Amino acid sequence: MGNLNTTMIEKYRNSFLHEVEANVEEGEWVKMCMQCGVCSGSCPLGPHWDHPPQELFMMIRAGKREEVLTSSSMWMCTSCYNCIVRCPRELPITHIMHGLAHYAKRLGLVPENQQTEKFAQLFWDNLTNTGRVNELKLGLKLYFMNGFGEGIKMSLKMQDVGLNMLKTGRMSPFELLGGHSIKDKTGFHAMLQKAKELEDAKIAKHGA
Amino acid sequence: MADTKIGAYICKGCGLGERLDTDKLESIASGEGKAAICRQEEFLCQQSTVDKIQADIDNEGINRVVIGACSRRAKFEAFNFESTCVSRVNLREGVIWVRPDTEEAKEATQEMAEDYIRMGCTEVKFMSPPSASQEQSVNKHLLVVGGGITGMTSAIEASKAGYQVSIIEKTSQLGGVAGQLHRKVPSRMPYASPQDNGIDDLNNQISANSNITVYLNSTTTKTSGAPGRFSVDITTESGSTTTENFGAIIQASGFTPYDANKLPEFAYGKTPDVVDQLGLEKLAQEANGTPIKRPSDGKVVENVMFIQCAGQRSDKEDHLSYCSGHCCSTSIKQAMYFKESNPNCDAAVLYTDLRTPGAGGEDFYRSAQRKGVTFTKGIAKEVVAGDNQHTIKFTDLILNDEVDLAVDMVVLATGMLPNSGVNIDAPPAEEGSVEIPVESILNLDYRQGKDMPQLVHGFTDSHFICFPYETRRTGIYTAGPVRRPMDINQAIDDATGAAMKAIQAIENSALGKAAHPRSGDLSFPSFRMEGCTQCKRCTVECPFGAINEDEKGYPSYNESRCRRCGTCMGACPVRVISFENYSVDSVGQQIKAVNVPIPDEDDENAVAKPRILTLACENDAYPALDMAGMNRIQHSAYVRIIPVRCLGSVNTIWVTDALNSGYDGVVLLGCQKGENYQCHFVKGSEIAHYRMSKVNDTLTTLNLEKERVATYEVAITDIQRIPQLIDDMAKTIEDIGTSPLKF
Repeated sequence: MGNLNTTMIEKYRNSFLHEVEANVEEGEWVKMCMQCGVCSGSCPLGPHWDHPPQELFMMIRAGKREEVLTSSSMWMCTSCYNCIVRCPRELPITHIMHGLAHYAKRLGLVPENQQTEKFAQLFWDNLTNTGRVNELKLGLKLYFMNGFGEGIKMSLKMQDVGLNMLKTGRMSPFELLGGHSIKDKTGFHAMLQKAKELEDAKIAKHGA
Repeated sequence: MADTKIGAYICKGCGLGERLDTDKLESIASGEGKAAICRQEEFLCQQSTVDKIQADIDNEGINRVVIGACSRRAKFEAFNFESTCVSRVNLREGVIWVRPDTEEAKEATQEMAEDYIRMGCTEVKFMSPPSASQEQSVNKHLLVVGGGITGMTSAIEASKAGYQVSIIEKTSQLGGVAGQLHRKVPSRMPYASPQDNGIDDLNNQISANSNITVYLNSTTTKTSGAPGRFSVDITTESGSTTTENFGAIIQASGFTPYDANKLPEFAYGKTPDVVDQLGLEKLAQEANGTPIKRPSDGKVVENVMFIQCAGQRSDKEDHLSYCSGHCCSTSIKQAMYFKESNPNCDAAVLYTDLRTPGAGGEDFYRSAQRKGVTFTKGIAKEVVAGDNQHTIKFTDLILNDEVDLAVDMVVLATGMLPNSGVNIDAPPAEEGSVEIPVESILNLDYRQGKDMPQLVHGFTDSHFICFPYETRRTGIYTAGPVRRPMDINQAIDDATGAAMKAIQAIENSALGKAAHPRSGDLSFPSFRMEGCTQCKRCTVECPFGAINEDEKGYPSYNESRCRRCGTCMGACPVRVISFENYSVDSVGQQIKAVNVPIPDEDDENAVAKPRILTLACENDAYPALDMAGMNRIQHSAYVRIIPVRCLGSVNTIWVTDALNSGYDGVVLLGCQKGENYQCHFVKGSEIAHYRMSKVNDTLTTLNLEKERVATYEVAITDIQRIPQLIDDMAKTIEDIGTSPLKF
């Protein structure tokens, strides 16, 4: 995988487009974009992105591999699905954005300190542990995600909410000691393992 | 006119009976109007009443009918009495529907109705029923000039309908540009891949068809006559000439590709690897399904870029300013040649606006994307020819980047130039300037010039909005890219339409009937030659070239070329041109029939009752006035409206006469003129506007203000504006005072 990151991609050739098609979820749709810009105009976060979807697709075609994969743009997607609903060519744009983010993470090209990426990892780790989301742990992890000092600050800010939740029985402090779990945890982990094997095999097959 | 016997019939339906004093109208018709029979009916348009009118015609000798009811555009079938002249007095849309139903308005409304009855009774006196001249007989032989896909399709379609066809082709084989194509853009579902160009199939159909004669290596060296009796000299390359007669002609002379040598910035001519679209078709034909090799060194092309709008849609000198319509689809098709023969080849289309007209255009575009053709929105600036690879310098408009891209080959999507022959309206060349001689296509023996009139960019003129096939030379139809830029599929449709129009022209001319827009009209202008001064205005101004000049300079009229607009009648300064049912008198006498009140100078409280004459084009302005009536949009009660065939048929004598008889203002309503004309007779409105620009001299002679005559371009949708224009004139008259010429 590492050598690909250093491979020179010739600009305006189709090699990066092919790479995206092979490795990114729904990536085979990128070539169907007709550059109308409706997605960019529909995106509620559009003005805050470095590159709106239409531009990202053009960059893929133009072979701007590094710029695309290290971009924070696809991490900004909130999955509102406005673009999908409006795309006249029916591209699954939201899915492609997630696919690009996923591929960038696989290649280790996520921009440093990317908040969405950090939270996504926390969520995944939390969920796969017991098969259930442990909200107390996830909340604390999220507070302390950006360091100890900030975590304390955040916790103090939220303490009234937390105490009220404890009082009304909406949150159990015992969740800290392991927390609730699904019945067949072993089976669940085996399932995840199998899925990873399948995924790795797919990656190996595409040589990426 | 001793034998005219008028029957006047006044309807009381649709509120006419309540709003108008119909007894008074009846007494005017029988008194001033001299109607022999005059009747009021509750519902004039019901069958039993119509039958009674027919009985009057059959038994009482009524030969002129005045219908005082609704507009001439309503109940047309009910009041269509054959071989009888009918004048429709528009009391409904023209009077009660445009006037308020109030006690104060009643008097002026009644006066309006009375004047219209007077006008109707006068009009029929000066009309006689038109009959065909029987000048022509039917000639079911069609000439197709040009043996490309348009001409071939026209010929096959016409022969299927039972007509003889001759095709004249300048080169040694049929097929034209389509025949040079490796494949064509698909015309059928699923619009996914290029398909066979279809020329072999058409060729087989033509050679198997005994109704079609093909003249190869031939041109038309002289075309004279008129629809139904065209006489054409067909000359072969070797110089032998045969003369044949035809009923109608289709000109499918196609286009010439833009000369890419005018694009040195794209390295055309500097390296053989830069080709135009036809150049690429040749390479694709040579490759015949194997990977396309580039001309310079025979290397298999691994990346190719198509530059769209090369030398077109550009305001640079020597470039084409228009879009040629087919080039985007063609480039998509050609990019598929590369992808299909070599999937590893990068094929990119550099475009600014991708336009894929037609039902399957978008599907074809999508199909190319699926096949991996990439589309880059950008503007090419330069192509630099290299030894191994060539560099395209372009601006990526999405990423706002300046890009240098190395490619193996470049294809330029250049435009099309129509083969429309001589521009007969071109201003004469300045002395000393070098004139490049243009070869005529039809060599018409018409007074107006050798070829079909052109509109813009050299494409032949036809009425774009209303009847796109109808040209300015009746019976000669242009089809395909000589008429406007188009692709093969559009050209095939165009060819079929032109064949149908040509058949219509053949049949109509045999019956003496006019073509669009006065389809079926049997009336035609006659020339009172003893009064003619050979001024040539009619021959020059006829928008359809219907009038030639004989050796002595007298007009020599060709009935079947004529579209019956009356522009000649409007042009004639000595008023010797008239139709049986439309003449200087039939309108002029109506103008004089209107009661122009003479102000009572002793009565200080007298209200001024001005009169405004409106001459409205029957194609757009008059229907718009009717629609204004339907929408109850009111206008001044002082106006008297007369529909005219075209504003071009307006003879200035009508304006002069109106002003002399005490009218206070004249409003002329015609269609839009100029490059985006809507005039149904192409030039009529333009000519009328020109004539009216000279009317100031008349006004000065009469010592009248120039505001009293106004000419407007209106559209059929101007149902709010036209009543406003009439009211504006009423206001103007209020401001400047009534005409002093009321005696």
